[in-house]
Amino acid sequence: MKILLVDDSKTMRKIQRSVLTQLGHTEIEEACDGQDAMSKVGAFGPDLLLVDWNMPNMDGLTFVKKYREMNKDTPIIMVTTESERSRVVEAIKAGVNNYVVKPFTPDVLSQRIDETLTKAGASAG
Amino acid sequence: METGHITPFIQSVQNVFATMLQLDVQVGEPALKRDGGGSDVSAIIGMSGDVVGSVVLSFPTETAERVASLFTGEQMTCEDADFADAVGELCNMVCGGAKAELDGKRISISCPSVVVGSNHQVARQKDIPCVTIPCETDCGVFMIEVGIQSVAVDSTSAAAA
Repeated sequence: MKILLVDDSKTMRKIQRSVLTQLGHTEIEEACDGQDAMSKVGAFGPDLLLVDWNMPNMDGLTFVKKYREMNKDTPIIMVTTESERSRVVEAIKAGVNNYVVKPFTPDVLSQRIDETLTKAGASAG
Repeated sequence: METGHITPFIQSVQNVFATMLQLDVQVGEPALKRDGGGSDVSAIIGMSGDVVGSVVLSFPTETAERVASLFTGEQMTCEDADFADAVGELCNMVCGGAKAELDGKRISISCPSVVVGSNHQVARQKDIPCVTIPCETDCGVFMIEVGIQSVAVDSTSAAAA
């Protein structure tokens, strides 16, 4: 399973990578903003994306909209401090499959990843 | 300064530190910021939209280093390349959490900036009062400086909308 982490904070990417590694995932790529992610999705071909909202150059919402123009299926989890209901609705409309609000515990992130992959697997099956 | 602007930051800093650092934060009495009293490490986030201004997490070096080490799981000093990133991300989470509790307001927050330098001052808009919230943890003391205010709604344009 290939996972792309998109977050401008290296610390946050490291925390997410650590949780994913504990869950047994090893094929992990990182991008520091939406623009960087757009340049990496083609070659890396992720099976799951974890995307922050507030980032320089290209924010997470813009990235999700652009990515969904070319890929409707690969699940995306938004991992962000943006927790207002209106923002969550906006993200879901843009094509986000699940949502994790920062700060999060490793258990919450792990649970959302499991949920998302299970749903994606069910849809594909 | 509206008291409703302060409580969300107190709740958010306690939530962020408890969740990400397993650290209790004891909060002292908020007070209007006076001139003087510099900081060693400042994480700064701007707010715009229905509320404008800035929020600063202001640390002595030792507290910031201990907090960043706990957050990243690695021993860290302010010389480390990722130190500013770690402190900035904590500030981002504190402001993001507080923003969500500022009821019914549409607010955007900037990406964090971090200033590292012994006893520096952060200049801010003089027309917006700033309240300092003293915080104490097992890693040491720090301050949250909240200098924000609601934007007055133009009744004509509000009615038109």
